[in-house]
Amino acid sequence: MVLNMTEGPVKKPVNGNGCCRTSNGVKPGMNGCVKNHLYQQHSYCSSDEKSSHICHNGGIYKRPFKESFEETPMLVAVLTYMGYGILTLFGYLRDFLRQWKIEKCHNATEREEQKEFVPLYQDFENFYTRNLYMRIRDSWNRPICSVPGAKFDILERVSYDYNWTFKYTGRIVNDVINMGSYNYLGFAENSGVCADAAAEITLKYGVGVCSTRREIGNLDKHEELEKLAAKFLGVDAAMAFGMGFATNSMNIPALVGKGCLILSDELNHASLVLGARLSGATIRVFKHNNMQSLEKLLKDAIVHGQPRTHRPWKKILILVEGIYSMEGSIVHLPDIVSLKKKYKAYLYLDEAHSIGALGPTGRGVVEYFGLDPRDVDIMMGTFTKSFGAAGGYIGGTKELVDYLRTHSHSAVYATSMSPPVVEQIIASMKCIMGEDGTTLGQERVQQLAENTRYFRRKLQEMGFIIYGNDDSPVVPMMLYMPAKIGAFGREMLKRNIGVVVVGFPATPIIESRARFCVSAAHTKEMLDTALNVINEVGDLLQLKYSRHRLVPLLDRPFDETTYEENED
Amino acid sequence: MVQIFRFMPNTRTNVFCACATSDAMTLAPADAGQQQDGVRATVGVSGDGASLLRGILILWIIRLLFSKTYKLQDSSDLTEKEIEEIIEEWQPEPLVPRMSKEKPAPSYNIVSGPPCHKITVNGKQCINFASFNFLGLLDNDRVKNQALQSLRKYGVGTCGPRGFYGTFDVHLELEDRLAKFMRTEEAIIYSYGFATIASAIPAYSKRGDIVFVDEAACFSIQKGLQASRSHIKYFRHNDMEDLERILKQQELEDQKNPRKARVTRRFIVVEGLYMNTGAICPLPELVKLKYKYKVRIFLEESLSFGVLGQHGRGVTEHFGVNIDDIDLISANMENSLASVGGFCCGRSFVIDHQVFALLAQKAISDYVLIVILSQGYCFSASLPPMLASAAIEALNIMEEDQGLKVVGESISPAFHLQLEQSSGSRESDVRILNRIVEYCMDRKIALTQAHYLEKEEKFLPPPSIRVVVTVEQTEEELEMAANLIKEAAQNILQ
Repeated sequence: MVLNMTEGPVKKPVNGNGCCRTSNGVKPGMNGCVKNHLYQQHSYCSSDEKSSHICHNGGIYKRPFKESFEETPMLVAVLTYMGYGILTLFGYLRDFLRQWKIEKCHNATEREEQKEFVPLYQDFENFYTRNLYMRIRDSWNRPICSVPGAKFDILERVSYDYNWTFKYTGRIVNDVINMGSYNYLGFAENSGVCADAAAEITLKYGVGVCSTRREIGNLDKHEELEKLAAKFLGVDAAMAFGMGFATNSMNIPALVGKGCLILSDELNHASLVLGARLSGATIRVFKHNNMQSLEKLLKDAIVHGQPRTHRPWKKILILVEGIYSMEGSIVHLPDIVSLKKKYKAYLYLDEAHSIGALGPTGRGVVEYFGLDPRDVDIMMGTFTKSFGAAGGYIGGTKELVDYLRTHSHSAVYATSMSPPVVEQIIASMKCIMGEDGTTLGQERVQQLAENTRYFRRKLQEMGFIIYGNDDSPVVPMMLYMPAKIGAFGREMLKRNIGVVVVGFPATPIIESRARFCVSAAHTKEMLDTALNVINEVGDLLQLKYSRHRLVPLLDRPFDETTYEENED
Repeated sequence: MVQIFRFMPNTRTNVFCACATSDAMTLAPADAGQQQDGVRATVGVSGDGASLLRGILILWIIRLLFSKTYKLQDSSDLTEKEIEEIIEEWQPEPLVPRMSKEKPAPSYNIVSGPPCHKITVNGKQCINFASFNFLGLLDNDRVKNQALQSLRKYGVGTCGPRGFYGTFDVHLELEDRLAKFMRTEEAIIYSYGFATIASAIPAYSKRGDIVFVDEAACFSIQKGLQASRSHIKYFRHNDMEDLERILKQQELEDQKNPRKARVTRRFIVVEGLYMNTGAICPLPELVKLKYKYKVRIFLEESLSFGVLGQHGRGVTEHFGVNIDDIDLISANMENSLASVGGFCCGRSFVIDHQVFALLAQKAISDYVLIVILSQGYCFSASLPPMLASAAIEALNIMEEDQGLKVVGESISPAFHLQLEQSSGSRESDVRILNRIVEYCMDRKIALTQAHYLEKEEKFLPPPSIRVVVTVEQTEEELEMAANLIKEAAQNILQ
């Protein structure tokens, strides 16, 4: 009751140590054999696992898969709703005062000439912006003026009119520890191999291309990147696009259309949702990472066919992400792959956050589970995060990529990727693959895994409610109450830590949270400083909601029942 | 009661009816009681009878509540085995259609080295008449150096969207500079040119709103319209009479339903220079229509920005139209500015909305699938700072150097060559044009056909060769290209 462990349908711990999952109901070894990726037990698994816990061939989960979403305490939920209630009441009151010109209204207004036009926005549309968001607006869009590495510099800004406008004081807050950027492998750098390579290409090629791939903007650099990306992903071919968001929103419509069905996880990123909508296919949503829900939808879809006509669906496409950026959860890929095979659906995997950040050699969630990349029909990901660049890719069979080359909206209508950006990706990817002759990339991947485990465990020990998988470098920490969103962001910045806080539109209304992104560039000292500050602010704002006290035991056996034994 | 409803949703309406009727019934005799007895007699319900009826109704309600609910989609008549068989039998279409052997996928031209004035296409050195590098800034040393300095300061990527530490000081500077250059109150930048207008339109125009669009509108406008789910009305390309006819029609409809008309936003979406035709839009007439029919104008200036007008401010400057009369201008920075990304500019009233669109929208509806926001801004990683710096420097050059103007007789630096007489089918037309392109390519002039997704375009333009003139091409080169194209056409069309 207290703990809501998300578990797939077929993976209850079977043997005594409760760590290794063997498959029940799934044919052993159908895709699970560790053929090409041998798990490096010593390197990847952190200290609290014993080697005996690691993979037995045939299991669809080769490593402990532990995700927790602790239930919101009732009192906190009630207080949170009350908080929103009070904010809304005051919002109405202030709107009333503004209407009678008692309070000054800062909203920009329509031109005199256009007063008679139909209003561009309805007044109530802005209620939330005006009355709730505006109070804590300073926690977002903080401008920085350095590399978004492990530490960055923030431009100091102040507001004299309650966040309606900001003034820059001209001062710079130096060396703020960056817990917000998606710099998982620490490739956001202004010196070193990658930056040097990018600099060279800037001088040679310039920064723009001024044409599309299909016309005359297909540079040799783009071809080079695509070959390398295909090799990196372990697929036949790959194609790169200029913007991660558009990779989803402009390629899904090329793959499915009317008469096709899209099954989409409820927490999928906006770009996937937009792409699905633009495609014209029917969209059905399954519960987050819930395999029963997905299977039911698949079964119903095939049995009943399309609504009204009952014609069979042309194709069924499952849209999932590797790591969900707001929950920190990892997709139950082995289950999904077996479902997809059983029901002959196609699988579109968005690895925006997981590529580079998961798996023993950074190949993403497919490698993390020891699966074959060919089991995923469309491997999508971005270069923005782990590679410290911009853009996105799609990998898959040669047929798929050839088709996209002629039918992708992006290839035909959008300007190609900037050459220095391409070069940054090539250089960082080579580094991860070890093609530069060093093990630096590999070390970064390991460092990230260690940092992630360390950081997550410490936060849990302090008594915060942390969402998501133990291996996910995205670490959401629950704040719940609206007032604490702004307070946490400000208090942390005051103590020189830059964090991301997320509130209602991006999360369910009561589940406001702070999100930390662990990076390989963080040193242990930085993480410790950050943890101490979080601890301090957590006490100040009373954020330690968790009712499961973890014993800070380093050699604690890896067993999820540790939690369940705890009483309230 | 509420709890029971939750479990038995299908009986809900029935129960409501029952409740309603029972209320009416219990009231009716009471009312009647205050009147004459005779009335009661005509109703035919005595005091005992009323309570009996009440009892029956209550029993009926109980029966309704506990009776089995019927499902709309009943699958119970299929046995487990039948379901398995159906699943076994179902065969999906292949993910992508199989490529036929005769028609292999066309391969891209490969450009080795920088794509500037002198370009190497498929190993052949040519003069570039194909890419939109109008002002020749792609190869500019000042731009490159500025980008390099920025790279040395910020690295390449931003590792985050604008909201989450992806806002850099250079972004703010570029926005400020663009706003000043265009003489508007505010500007915001996007990290991808294509996404600019495609995500700006749905931030304003929602379901139920009306958008009037030129038939020749480019693909990213079409995608924006599709995402907005508004009501879309096309008018003939650059035909103001046709537009006015449609606007009038709309006015008549509005008079029929003035309540709806009061909340229906209207927009005209046009391009400054049309990507698909190379024609310029008649902006002064559009502005007149705007005020006459109270419609807002969105202007896409990707081709005209940096090209038209004395200072390169685009089609507004070209016609001397007050820029405040245009509600929103969007353009990409991938043509004249030779960088990457796009921007939107306008009055603060309009622009602020895009930045807040995410929050404003979601506040009304948190339904996961309704995403009608300026997503390109809120959810995507921000523009790499070095590209922003390059754009700033390019703007500097544009402001300083007024001599940078596109040469050529036509007003549009990108124009289309079409076949005067179609050879019968689109395919053969494309082949003929392709031979012309290859003929020129072999003789040191790089051209390209305008490529479209033929099945996706709303109004597919005829096949054409798009020729781009830039400041870097000399008189001789222009002459040479013109002669060569003429020669190619003669040789191939004969």
